[in-house]
Amino acid sequence: MSKNRLNIDIAEYKAARHPTELVAIGLGSCVGICLYDPVARIGGLAHVMLPDSTQATLSNNKGKFVDTAIPALIAEMSKLGADRSRLVAKIVGGAEMFNFANASDFMRIGKRNVEATIAALKTEKIPVIAQDTGKNYGRSIRFCTNDGKLYIKSINHGEKIM
Amino acid sequence: MVDMLNLNNLQLDALKEVGNIGAGNAATALSKMIKTRIEMSVPDIMILPFSRIAATIGGPDAHVTAIYYTIKGQAPGTLLFLIPVIDARKIAGVLLNKGVSDDQLPFDEMECSAIRELGNIMAGSFLNALNMFTSIHFVPTVPALCIDMVGAILGSVLTNLGMVSDYVLFIKTEFKYQGNHALGNLYFLPEAEALQVILNSLGVNN
Repeated sequence: MSKNRLNIDIAEYKAARHPTELVAIGLGSCVGICLYDPVARIGGLAHVMLPDSTQATLSNNKGKFVDTAIPALIAEMSKLGADRSRLVAKIVGGAEMFNFANASDFMRIGKRNVEATIAALKTEKIPVIAQDTGKNYGRSIRFCTNDGKLYIKSINHGEKIM
Repeated sequence: MVDMLNLNNLQLDALKEVGNIGAGNAATALSKMIKTRIEMSVPDIMILPFSRIAATIGGPDAHVTAIYYTIKGQAPGTLLFLIPVIDARKIAGVLLNKGVSDDQLPFDEMECSAIRELGNIMAGSFLNALNMFTSIHFVPTVPALCIDMVGAILGSVLTNLGMVSDYVLFIKTEFKYQGNHALGNLYFLPEAEALQVILNSLGVNN
Protein backbone atom coordinates (compact mmCIF):
# COMPACT_ATOMS: atom_id res chain seq x y z
CA MET A 1 0.00 0.00 0.00
CA SER A 2 1.45 3.37 -0.98
CA LYS A 3 1.98 6.04 1.61
CA ASN A 4 -0.43 8.23 -0.31
CA ARG A 5 -3.28 5.96 0.58
CA LEU A 6 -5.22 5.94 3.83
CA ASN A 7 -7.40 3.01 4.79
CA ILE A 8 -10.59 3.75 6.67
CA ASP A 9 -11.84 0.67 8.49
CA ILE A 10 -15.31 0.13 9.82
CA ALA A 11 -16.33 2.75 12.42
CA GLU A 12 -13.43 5.06 11.50
CA TYR A 13 -13.21 8.44 9.77
CA LYS A 14 -10.21 10.28 8.35
CA ALA A 15 -9.48 13.47 6.45
CA ALA A 16 -6.57 14.21 4.11
CA ARG A 17 -5.13 16.74 1.68
CA HIS A 18 -4.41 15.92 -1.94
CA PRO A 19 -2.87 13.78 -3.33
CA THR A 20 -3.78 11.22 -0.66
CA GLU A 21 -6.38 8.64 -1.59
CA LEU A 22 -8.95 7.57 0.95
CA VAL A 23 -9.96 3.92 0.75
CA ALA A 24 -12.78 1.94 2.35
CA ILE A 25 -12.88 -1.78 1.60
CA GLY A 26 -16.01 -3.86 1.92
CA LEU A 27 -18.91 -1.51 2.51
CA GLY A 28 -22.01 -3.65 3.00
CA SER A 29 -24.80 -2.15 5.03
CA CYS A 30 -22.22 0.39 6.16
CA VAL A 31 -22.12 3.71 4.35
CA GLY A 32 -18.99 5.40 3.02
CA ILE A 33 -19.56 9.14 3.36
CA CYS A 34 -17.09 11.09 1.20
CA LEU A 35 -16.86 14.84 1.71
CA TYR A 36 -14.80 17.07 -0.54
CA ASP A 37 -13.67 20.67 -0.70
CA PRO A 38 -12.79 21.07 -4.40
CA VAL A 39 -10.92 24.36 -3.91
CA ALA A 40 -8.64 23.34 -1.04
CA ARG A 41 -8.62 19.77 -2.42
CA ILE A 42 -9.24 18.27 0.96
CA GLY A 43 -11.24 15.09 1.30
CA GLY A 44 -12.74 13.13 4.15
CA LEU A 45 -14.20 9.66 4.42
CA ALA A 46 -16.33 8.16 7.20
CA HIS A 47 -17.09 4.41 7.25
CA VAL A 48 -20.20 4.38 9.44
CA MET A 49 -22.07 1.28 10.56
CA LEU A 50 -25.15 2.54 12.42
CA PRO A 51 -27.63 5.38 11.88
CA ASP A 52 -28.22 6.85 15.29
CA SER A 53 -26.04 7.19 18.39
CA THR A 54 -28.96 8.29 20.54
CA GLN A 55 -30.49 4.80 20.32
CA ALA A 56 -27.31 3.09 21.47
CA THR A 57 -25.84 2.68 24.91
CA LEU A 58 -22.95 4.97 25.70
CA SER A 59 -20.30 4.89 23.01
CA ASN A 60 -17.02 6.73 22.76
CA ASN A 61 -16.58 5.94 19.14
CA LYS A 62 -17.86 8.81 17.00
CA GLY A 63 -16.97 7.03 13.77
CA LYS A 64 -19.53 4.31 14.34
CA PHE A 65 -22.68 6.39 13.90
CA VAL A 66 -23.92 8.62 11.08
CA ASP A 67 -25.05 11.43 13.40
CA THR A 68 -21.72 11.69 15.24
CA ALA A 69 -19.33 10.85 12.41
CA ILE A 70 -20.44 13.62 10.03
CA PRO A 71 -19.79 16.57 12.41
CA ALA A 72 -16.53 14.93 13.55
CA LEU A 73 -15.37 14.49 9.96
CA ILE A 74 -16.25 18.11 9.08
CA ALA A 75 -14.24 19.30 12.09
CA GLU A 76 -11.29 17.15 11.04
CA MET A 77 -11.41 18.58 7.50
CA SER A 78 -11.70 22.16 8.80
CA LYS A 79 -8.53 21.61 10.81
CA LEU A 80 -6.74 20.82 7.54
CA GLY A 81 -8.09 24.02 6.01
CA ALA A 82 -11.32 22.96 4.32
CA ASP A 83 -14.13 25.49 4.10
CA ARG A 84 -17.39 23.85 5.13
CA SER A 85 -19.46 26.05 2.83
CA ARG A 86 -17.68 24.48 -0.14
CA LEU A 87 -18.17 20.86 0.88
CA VAL A 88 -19.98 18.40 -1.35
CA ALA A 89 -20.82 14.78 -0.57
CA LYS A 90 -20.81 11.44 -2.37
CA ILE A 91 -22.28 8.45 -0.60
CA VAL A 92 -21.88 4.72 -1.22
CA GLY A 93 -23.10 1.54 0.47
CA GLY A 94 -26.15 0.85 2.58
CA ALA A 95 -26.81 -2.52 0.97
CA GLU A 96 -28.90 -5.27 2.54
CA MET A 97 -26.40 -8.13 2.57
CA PHE A 98 -28.66 -10.79 4.04
CA ASN A 99 -32.10 -11.41 2.73
CA PHE A 100 -34.40 -12.17 5.64
CA ALA A 101 -37.86 -13.26 4.55
CA ASN A 102 -39.71 -11.33 7.24
CA ALA A 103 -37.32 -8.46 7.87
CA SER A 104 -38.84 -5.56 9.77
CA ASP A 105 -37.77 -2.03 8.87
CA PHE A 106 -35.58 -2.02 11.94
CA MET A 107 -33.57 -4.87 10.45
CA ARG A 108 -33.05 -3.04 7.16
CA ILE A 109 -29.95 -1.42 8.50
CA GLY A 110 -28.52 -0.44 5.12
CA LYS A 111 -31.59 1.56 4.19
CA ARG A 112 -31.68 3.26 7.59
CA ASN A 113 -28.00 4.17 7.31
CA VAL A 114 -28.57 5.83 3.93
CA GLU A 115 -31.66 7.74 5.12
CA ALA A 116 -29.85 8.96 8.22
CA THR A 117 -26.86 10.05 6.11
CA ILE A 118 -29.00 12.06 3.70
CA ALA A 119 -30.85 13.71 6.59
CA ALA A 120 -27.67 14.57 8.48
CA LEU A 121 -26.03 16.05 5.36
CA LYS A 122 -29.14 18.13 4.78
CA THR A 123 -28.87 19.48 8.32
CA GLU A 124 -25.26 20.39 7.64
CA LYS A 125 -26.32 21.96 4.30
CA ILE A 126 -23.92 19.76 2.34
CA PRO A 127 -25.30 18.76 -1.09
CA VAL A 128 -25.17 15.09 -2.09
CA ILE A 129 -23.83 15.20 -5.66
CA ALA A 130 -23.54 11.46 -6.28
CA GLN A 131 -24.92 8.33 -4.71
CA ASP A 132 -24.57 4.57 -5.24
CA THR A 133 -26.52 2.93 -2.47
CA GLY A 134 -28.82 0.03 -1.63
CA LYS A 135 -29.06 -3.31 -3.49
CA ASN A 136 -27.53 -6.43 -2.01
CA TYR A 137 -23.81 -6.48 -2.63
CA GLY A 138 -20.63 -5.16 -1.06
CA ARG A 139 -18.66 -2.27 -2.50
CA SER A 140 -15.09 -1.03 -2.09
CA ILE A 141 -14.27 2.61 -2.73
CA ARG A 142 -11.24 4.71 -3.51
CA PHE A 143 -11.73 8.46 -3.15
CA CYS A 144 -9.15 10.69 -4.87
CA THR A 145 -8.56 14.01 -3.17
CA ASN A 146 -6.87 15.31 -6.33
CA ASP A 147 -10.12 15.63 -8.23
CA GLY A 148 -12.87 14.32 -5.95
CA LYS A 149 -13.46 11.28 -8.16
CA LEU A 150 -14.77 8.17 -6.51
CA TYR A 151 -13.96 4.69 -7.84
CA ILE A 152 -16.37 1.95 -6.82
CA LYS A 153 -15.62 -1.78 -7.14
CA SER A 154 -17.64 -4.86 -6.37
CA ILE A 155 -17.23 -8.58 -6.91
CA ASN A 156 -19.97 -9.27 -9.47
CA HIS A 157 -21.18 -5.83 -10.46
CA GLY A 158 -18.18 -4.33 -12.18
CA GLU A 159 -16.54 -0.97 -11.62
CA LYS A 160 -18.02 2.46 -11.58
CA ILE A 161 -16.62 5.98 -11.37
CA MET A 162 -18.61 8.88 -10.05
CA MET B 1 -22.89 -6.84 33.88
CA VAL B 2 -19.46 -8.31 33.11
CA ASP B 3 -17.06 -5.99 31.37
CA MET B 4 -15.52 -7.83 28.42
CA LEU B 5 -12.32 -5.82 28.75
CA ASN B 6 -11.83 -7.05 32.31
CA LEU B 7 -12.36 -10.77 32.09
CA ASN B 8 -9.90 -12.80 34.15
CA ASN B 9 -7.97 -15.81 32.87
CA LEU B 10 -10.36 -18.28 34.43
CA GLN B 11 -13.26 -16.65 32.64
CA LEU B 12 -11.41 -16.50 29.33
CA ASP B 13 -10.54 -20.19 29.65
CA ALA B 14 -14.14 -21.05 30.45
CA LEU B 15 -15.30 -19.21 27.31
CA LYS B 16 -12.68 -20.99 25.21
CA GLU B 17 -13.93 -24.28 26.57
CA VAL B 18 -17.45 -23.31 25.54
CA GLY B 19 -16.13 -22.68 22.03
CA ASN B 20 -14.22 -25.96 22.09
CA ILE B 21 -17.20 -28.05 23.06
CA GLY B 22 -19.50 -26.39 20.54
CA ALA B 23 -17.04 -26.52 17.68
CA GLY B 24 -16.06 -30.12 18.47
CA ASN B 25 -19.64 -31.21 18.00
CA ALA B 26 -19.99 -29.09 14.87
CA ALA B 27 -16.80 -30.60 13.40
CA THR B 28 -18.17 -34.10 13.92
CA ALA B 29 -21.40 -33.15 12.16
CA LEU B 30 -19.50 -31.56 9.29
CA SER B 31 -17.24 -34.57 8.97
CA LYS B 32 -20.25 -36.90 8.68
CA MET B 33 -21.93 -34.69 6.11
CA ILE B 34 -19.00 -34.43 3.74
CA LYS B 35 -17.61 -37.88 4.63
CA THR B 36 -14.14 -36.49 5.20
CA ARG B 37 -12.06 -36.31 8.29
CA ILE B 38 -12.14 -32.79 9.75
CA GLU B 39 -9.72 -31.42 12.30
CA MET B 40 -10.13 -28.32 14.36
CA SER B 41 -7.88 -25.81 16.08
CA VAL B 42 -7.93 -24.90 19.76
CA PRO B 43 -10.37 -21.97 19.92
CA ASP B 44 -9.03 -18.45 20.11
CA ILE B 45 -10.77 -15.77 22.04
CA MET B 46 -10.43 -12.18 20.87
CA ILE B 47 -11.71 -8.88 22.13
CA LEU B 48 -11.27 -6.15 19.55
CA PRO B 49 -12.63 -2.78 18.45
CA PHE B 50 -14.82 -2.98 15.33
CA SER B 51 -12.17 -1.53 13.06
CA ARG B 52 -9.75 -4.42 13.73
CA ILE B 53 -12.03 -7.40 13.20
CA ALA B 54 -11.90 -7.78 9.42
CA ALA B 55 -8.10 -7.92 9.52
CA THR B 56 -8.19 -11.02 11.75
CA ILE B 57 -10.41 -12.90 9.32
CA GLY B 58 -8.50 -12.60 6.09
CA GLY B 59 -8.90 -8.86 5.42
CA PRO B 60 -12.02 -6.91 4.44
CA ASP B 61 -11.77 -7.79 0.75
CA ALA B 62 -11.50 -11.58 1.15
CA HIS B 63 -14.25 -13.28 -0.85
CA VAL B 64 -16.20 -15.60 1.44
CA THR B 65 -19.37 -17.56 1.88
CA ALA B 66 -21.01 -16.59 5.14
CA ILE B 67 -23.76 -18.41 6.97
CA TYR B 68 -25.07 -16.30 9.77
CA TYR B 69 -27.40 -16.98 12.69
CA THR B 70 -28.79 -14.66 15.24
CA ILE B 71 -29.18 -16.45 18.55
CA LYS B 72 -32.13 -15.44 20.69
CA GLY B 73 -33.17 -16.54 24.15
CA GLN B 74 -31.44 -15.95 27.49
CA ALA B 75 -28.03 -15.72 25.91
CA PRO B 76 -28.31 -13.68 22.71
CA GLY B 77 -25.49 -13.50 20.22
CA THR B 78 -24.35 -14.41 16.77
CA LEU B 79 -22.95 -17.50 15.15
CA LEU B 80 -21.06 -16.98 11.91
CA PHE B 81 -19.49 -19.61 9.69
CA LEU B 82 -17.14 -18.30 7.01
CA ILE B 83 -15.84 -20.50 4.21
CA PRO B 84 -13.66 -19.26 1.33
CA VAL B 85 -15.82 -19.33 -1.81
CA ILE B 86 -13.68 -21.92 -3.54
CA ASP B 87 -14.03 -24.36 -0.62
CA ALA B 88 -17.74 -23.73 -0.31
CA ARG B 89 -18.09 -24.76 -3.96
CA LYS B 90 -16.22 -27.98 -3.33
CA ILE B 91 -18.38 -28.78 -0.31
CA ALA B 92 -21.59 -28.01 -2.23
CA GLY B 93 -20.32 -30.32 -4.98
CA VAL B 94 -19.80 -33.14 -2.49
CA LEU B 95 -23.17 -32.62 -0.80
CA LEU B 96 -25.01 -32.56 -4.11
CA ASN B 97 -23.02 -35.44 -5.47
CA LYS B 98 -21.84 -33.54 -8.51
CA GLY B 99 -18.63 -31.93 -9.68
CA VAL B 100 -17.37 -28.51 -8.71
CA SER B 101 -19.10 -25.79 -10.71
CA ASP B 102 -17.37 -23.02 -12.64
CA ASP B 103 -15.77 -20.38 -10.41
CA GLN B 104 -17.06 -17.57 -12.55
CA LEU B 105 -20.72 -18.42 -12.04
CA PRO B 106 -22.73 -17.35 -9.04
CA PHE B 107 -23.91 -20.18 -6.75
CA ASP B 108 -27.08 -21.73 -8.07
CA GLU B 109 -30.17 -22.32 -5.93
CA MET B 110 -29.23 -25.94 -5.11
CA GLU B 111 -25.71 -24.99 -4.07
CA CYS B 112 -27.03 -22.21 -1.84
CA SER B 113 -29.49 -24.55 -0.26
CA ALA B 114 -26.80 -27.20 0.34
CA ILE B 115 -24.52 -24.69 2.03
CA ARG B 116 -27.39 -23.34 4.11
CA GLU B 117 -28.25 -26.86 5.21
CA LEU B 118 -24.65 -27.51 6.16
CA GLY B 119 -24.72 -24.33 8.23
CA ASN B 120 -27.97 -25.41 9.84
CA ILE B 121 -26.53 -28.71 10.94
CA MET B 122 -23.34 -27.13 12.23
CA ALA B 123 -25.18 -24.42 14.15
CA GLY B 124 -27.56 -27.00 15.58
CA SER B 125 -24.65 -29.19 16.73
CA PHE B 126 -22.77 -26.24 18.17
CA LEU B 127 -25.71 -24.93 20.15
CA ASN B 128 -26.81 -28.39 21.31
CA ALA B 129 -23.39 -29.02 22.77
CA LEU B 130 -23.47 -25.64 24.49
CA ASN B 131 -26.88 -26.38 25.86
CA MET B 132 -25.66 -29.71 27.35
CA PHE B 133 -22.65 -27.98 28.87
CA THR B 134 -24.33 -24.88 30.30
CA SER B 135 -28.04 -25.79 30.53
CA ILE B 136 -28.78 -22.54 28.72
CA HIS B 137 -31.44 -22.69 26.04
CA PHE B 138 -30.12 -21.09 22.85
CA VAL B 139 -32.66 -20.34 20.13
CA PRO B 140 -31.17 -20.02 16.63
CA THR B 141 -33.07 -18.02 14.02
CA VAL B 142 -33.26 -19.09 10.38
CA PRO B 143 -29.87 -18.96 8.70
CA ALA B 144 -28.95 -16.20 6.29
CA LEU B 145 -26.49 -16.82 3.49
CA CYS B 146 -24.32 -14.25 1.79
CA ILE B 147 -21.42 -14.55 -0.63
CA ASP B 148 -19.37 -11.37 -0.78
CA MET B 149 -16.47 -9.47 0.80
CA VAL B 150 -15.74 -10.11 4.49
CA GLY B 151 -15.94 -6.40 5.31
CA ALA B 152 -19.35 -6.01 3.73
CA ILE B 153 -20.69 -9.04 5.56
CA LEU B 154 -19.32 -7.98 8.94
CA GLY B 155 -21.04 -4.61 8.86
CA SER B 156 -24.41 -6.31 8.87
CA VAL B 157 -23.47 -9.07 11.26
CA LEU B 158 -22.13 -6.65 13.85
CA THR B 159 -25.13 -4.32 13.83
CA ASN B 160 -26.65 -5.61 17.05
CA LEU B 161 -23.34 -5.69 18.87
CA GLY B 162 -22.54 -2.18 17.67
CA MET B 163 -25.55 -0.82 19.48
CA VAL B 164 -24.25 -1.85 22.88
CA SER B 165 -20.47 -1.83 22.75
CA ASP B 166 -17.39 -0.42 21.07
CA TYR B 167 -15.71 -3.82 21.32
CA VAL B 168 -16.58 -7.28 20.12
CA LEU B 169 -15.72 -10.49 21.89
CA PHE B 170 -15.53 -13.50 19.66
CA ILE B 171 -14.47 -17.08 19.97
CA LYS B 172 -12.98 -18.45 16.79
CA THR B 173 -12.36 -22.06 15.80
CA GLU B 174 -10.68 -23.08 12.61
CA PHE B 175 -11.74 -26.22 10.76
CA LYS B 176 -9.18 -28.03 8.65
CA TYR B 177 -9.01 -30.92 6.32
CA GLN B 178 -6.45 -33.55 7.11
CA GLY B 179 -3.05 -32.22 6.14
CA ASN B 180 -3.79 -28.78 7.48
CA HIS B 181 -5.64 -27.30 4.51
CA ALA B 182 -8.01 -24.71 6.00
CA LEU B 183 -11.68 -25.25 5.37
CA GLY B 184 -13.39 -22.44 7.22
CA ASN B 185 -13.81 -20.63 10.51
CA LEU B 186 -16.63 -20.63 12.98
CA TYR B 187 -17.17 -17.52 15.09
CA PHE B 188 -19.31 -17.32 18.17
CA LEU B 189 -20.08 -13.77 19.29
CA PRO B 190 -22.02 -13.63 22.55
CA GLU B 191 -23.53 -10.27 23.48
CA ALA B 192 -22.51 -8.76 26.84
CA GLU B 193 -25.74 -9.99 28.39
CA ALA B 194 -25.03 -13.52 27.18
CA LEU B 195 -21.48 -13.45 28.54
CA GLN B 196 -22.91 -12.87 31.98
CA VAL B 197 -25.42 -15.71 31.61
CA ILE B 198 -22.79 -18.14 30.27
CA LEU B 199 -20.22 -17.31 32.95
CA ASN B 200 -22.88 -17.61 35.66
CA SER B 201 -23.88 -21.04 34.39
CA LEU B 202 -20.27 -22.18 34.62
CA GLY B 203 -19.79 -20.69 38.08
CA VAL B 204 -17.03 -18.28 37.06
CA ASN B 205 -18.97 -15.04 37.36
CA ASN B 206 -16.43 -13.07 39.34
